[in-house]
Amino acid sequence: MTPSGLEQSTAYTVVWWVVAAMSVIAATLVVRLKDVLRAALALVGVFICVVVLFFMLNAELLAVAQLLIYGGAISILIIFAVLLTRDVQEGSPSNALQIPALALSAGFLAVAAFVVNNTEWRLLSNANLTAAAQERTAEVFGNSTPWLAGLLVREYALPFEVASVLLLAAVIGALALLRER
Amino acid sequence: MITLEHFLTLGAVIFAIGLYGAVTKRNLIVVLMGIELMFNAVNIVVVAMSKYLVPLALQQAPGATDDAAVQTLLTGQVFAVFVITVAAAEVALALGIVIAIYQTRRTADMSELKLMSR
Repeated sequence: MTPSGLEQSTAYTVVWWVVAAMSVIAATLVVRLKDVLRAALALVGVFICVVVLFFMLNAELLAVAQLLIYGGAISILIIFAVLLTRDVQEGSPSNALQIPALALSAGFLAVAAFVVNNTEWRLLSNANLTAAAQERTAEVFGNSTPWLAGLLVREYALPFEVASVLLLAAVIGALALLRER
Repeated sequence: MITLEHFLTLGAVIFAIGLYGAVTKRNLIVVLMGIELMFNAVNIVVVAMSKYLVPLALQQAPGATDDAAVQTLLTGQVFAVFVITVAAAEVALALGIVIAIYQTRRTADMSELKLMSR
């Protein structure tokens, strides 16, 4: 599949770099800010940036799910937990592991960047697909939601059902944890 | 032009930041935020791979046009769906644990929770 015109446009590139820079800055703020509530708000910023990235990757259903679940539910949960356990004077201190952790993260980043840039990725754009197959590929990415739904309830029906059991267990577990006292 | 490598590198950067936060922070909730950052980084990576890479079914049959082969293009998005589901369950439970600890110990500081050390 050759990339569509939109993905080769300057606007796409500019939007990508802006969103990427915003998400990295917001992620850095999450781990650097002293105020836990502000860190939580920066985390919401990261979630919103990821929503835009999902839209740019033709994953509309995931983008909306990310906005509802992360941007809505999880961020509200985290902010409530911050408000319920707030130690204003303590803030968000670091432990004694700062230097080793920095080395660990930098090491991971170096290895990951090396692997990413030295792997022969089997890209869709130079896969020698026939014209008919390319057309089907464009069809799938042009309207990904029904295809994703079909995949979820047919090929991945068992994990899908197990996920619902997991969510039920999580709900019961959270209730049981908090009503003991 | 934006390529697969751009998305993968961005995912790696956010994962590294999240890892740093999860390892260094003493506040339980900030540790959870670091873990959420790592979840999001992985989601970016799997969705980008779903968009840019050739699935095995199309590698073996470059002319395949049947639904069963073509729909495997979206496998990465299915993985992201499950990651989001597990993350939601994890946050609900973890924040329940944090609040339960806070109710009994009046602290959300990891370094003061030494129930299991001698």
